[in-house]
Amino acid sequence: MGRIVLNRDRCKACYLCMDTCPKKVLEPDTTVNKLGYYPVKVSNEKECIGCAMCAKVCPDIAIEKVYR
Amino acid sequence: MNNKKQLLKGNYAIAQAAIEAGCQSYFGYPITPQSEIGEYLSTKMPELGRAYVAAESEVAAINMVLGAGSTGVKAMTSSSSCAVALMQEGLSFIAGDEIPCVLVSVMRGGPGLGYIYPSQGDYYQATKGGGNGDYKIVTYAPSSVQECIDLTYKCFHVSQKYRTPVCLLADGMIGQTMEPAVIGHYPYDEIDQSDWALDGAKDRKPRFIASIEREQETLRKRVVKIFEKYNKILENENIFEKYETEGAKLVITAFGSIARIAKAAVKMARKNGLKVGLFRPILVNPFPEKIVAEIAQKVDGILDIELNCGQMLQDIKASIAGAASIPVKFYGRPAGVMMTVEEIYKQIENVYKEIVEKKYGTACI
Amino acid sequence: MEQLVYNKPDSIKEDFKISFCPGCDHGIAVKLVAEVLDELNVREKTIGIASVGCSVFSYDFFNVDIVESPHGRSMAVATGVKRSKPDKVVFTYQGDGDLASIGIGETIHAMTRGEKVTAICINNTTYGMTGGQAGPTTLIGQVTTTTTKGRNPEIAGYPIKICEVLKELDGTAFVARVSVDSPAAITNAKKCIKKAFEAQLKGLGTGFVEILATCPTNWKMTPQQAHERVRGEMSEVFKPGIYKDRVSEAQ
Repeated sequence: MGRIVLNRDRCKACYLCMDTCPKKVLEPDTTVNKLGYYPVKVSNEKECIGCAMCAKVCPDIAIEKVYR
Repeated sequence: MNNKKQLLKGNYAIAQAAIEAGCQSYFGYPITPQSEIGEYLSTKMPELGRAYVAAESEVAAINMVLGAGSTGVKAMTSSSSCAVALMQEGLSFIAGDEIPCVLVSVMRGGPGLGYIYPSQGDYYQATKGGGNGDYKIVTYAPSSVQECIDLTYKCFHVSQKYRTPVCLLADGMIGQTMEPAVIGHYPYDEIDQSDWALDGAKDRKPRFIASIEREQETLRKRVVKIFEKYNKILENENIFEKYETEGAKLVITAFGSIARIAKAAVKMARKNGLKVGLFRPILVNPFPEKIVAEIAQKVDGILDIELNCGQMLQDIKASIAGAASIPVKFYGRPAGVMMTVEEIYKQIENVYKEIVEKKYGTACI
Repeated sequence: MEQLVYNKPDSIKEDFKISFCPGCDHGIAVKLVAEVLDELNVREKTIGIASVGCSVFSYDFFNVDIVESPHGRSMAVATGVKRSKPDKVVFTYQGDGDLASIGIGETIHAMTRGEKVTAICINNTTYGMTGGQAGPTTLIGQVTTTTTKGRNPEIAGYPIKICEVLKELDGTAFVARVSVDSPAAITNAKKCIKKAFEAQLKGLGTGFVEILATCPTNWKMTPQQAHERVRGEMSEVFKPGIYKDRVSEAQ
């Protein structure tokens, strides 16, 4: 079991995290954030294994914390 | 030793004064006629555990100064003419960053490579700057070896007090002249730089020293604040020499090396009964406009003498505009053979005849 | 019991602002530098040099003292800082235009002197901030706003191979080229950045890491396509690897 802390208002929708996540936990949100992007959202948290690869590849430090 | 009169060469005097002032970091690249400064410091600074780096260029040297100055230490570079030209970008940044530092500029003659003859052709370079944006390089111009020492101290003090780059503007003649002088000791109190300098963000928020400012109003305010400093410097740190200006009909204006020859010519003129005085600004940037205007209101003419084609002349004219309508004559030589006392005296006599005697007749002499 | 396995580094400000375009590798590089400063426990004695280009906004995110440098002069500024404060940790964060074009003189000489500083260079084969013009690392054939028919070596010369040049300098102690296009690459990049700082901390000389990075905006690619390019044609010309490692030799 894992969990991420995502600051949706920092996300610029590059989706590098989505492509990297081995469990496909993330997907684009349907509403825009403060920056005007469709940020990622956690859609499938129970699958998260807390590998932190999403945080590692995030260029905007939008994924601030990962727990396992 | 420090308080004894010694026979000193201008360049060495500047270098030793920098050490006395507590200069912690020196960066430079050789260029005549100021190479002795770097040579001297290359030995002395490491002996004292201070930094000396032979920079790969003047571009690098001034940016090393920028880095060193940002840590709050007293930092200096020295150079000349075509190489000071290479430093203009860095100087603009340093002024914008509000970093204290000292630049010693020992002028050569002529544009381009010119040559090492005494010249004051870099008055514009020092006082009008070649870097971008609204800023000034505070500039002091010595006319003797003793002043090289005293003004080096002053440059460090003013730079640290106001967090601004300060230039000591000498020329080949002063740099190479040997005459008796006293090194003495740095006469100013140390100024604490710890509230802004970079030393690692320990137990405080990180600091950022930069000229970049993305917000319009903040940028405007920053430049205005920088210019307020120049006003304060002119008010509090102005130095000049007035010689026999009281009751003078004609005042000679000159700065730096040529001013001491002009002074000898003024003495000669006084001996011959001509009512002539001398005004020598030592702080040449910001320029003491008010004092020049006040003098202009009391005299019938000004004769400006420079080792160039008339650079400070423009500041003189700007100073008296609106304050007095008197003729401003100019006698200059861009480089080459140094003017003699007799030569300047001849000019004084001619101008005196033309302006003063025409007005009052010879009787007033 | 839940364990924290990733946390924003302390060397990134609390109120940080990442001002780069979406998907730009700058953000990853910045984070890695910050993580290394945390791990080496040197944040409180670090002074960073912000260069000109996209990297100028270092002060928006690095939680360390920073001084801005004129374009290309970062290694000279770093020299001035380090020589004046030898006990501080000094690093530059520069683009390839800054470090290898306008600042190649300062770079080569500071590294020849073996200044005990660390230089991080982002190589994205273009001038990003000014809108994607050809730079010193632009690949042959690459289309930019100033090589509209592709870089032609007859006209524009060849891309400079930074690591291959800098490894020859006696003053460099660690020279590596990395990429950040995958979690594995990022792990490796961080190791190299750490060594580049250790080169400084151990007093061995200059530590240098060139990071092959994307510029999706100016390359007109998605971040994913851009990473493909890094792995493909960019890595063919700019071969990733450790070019010099006196840090390991010294251990």
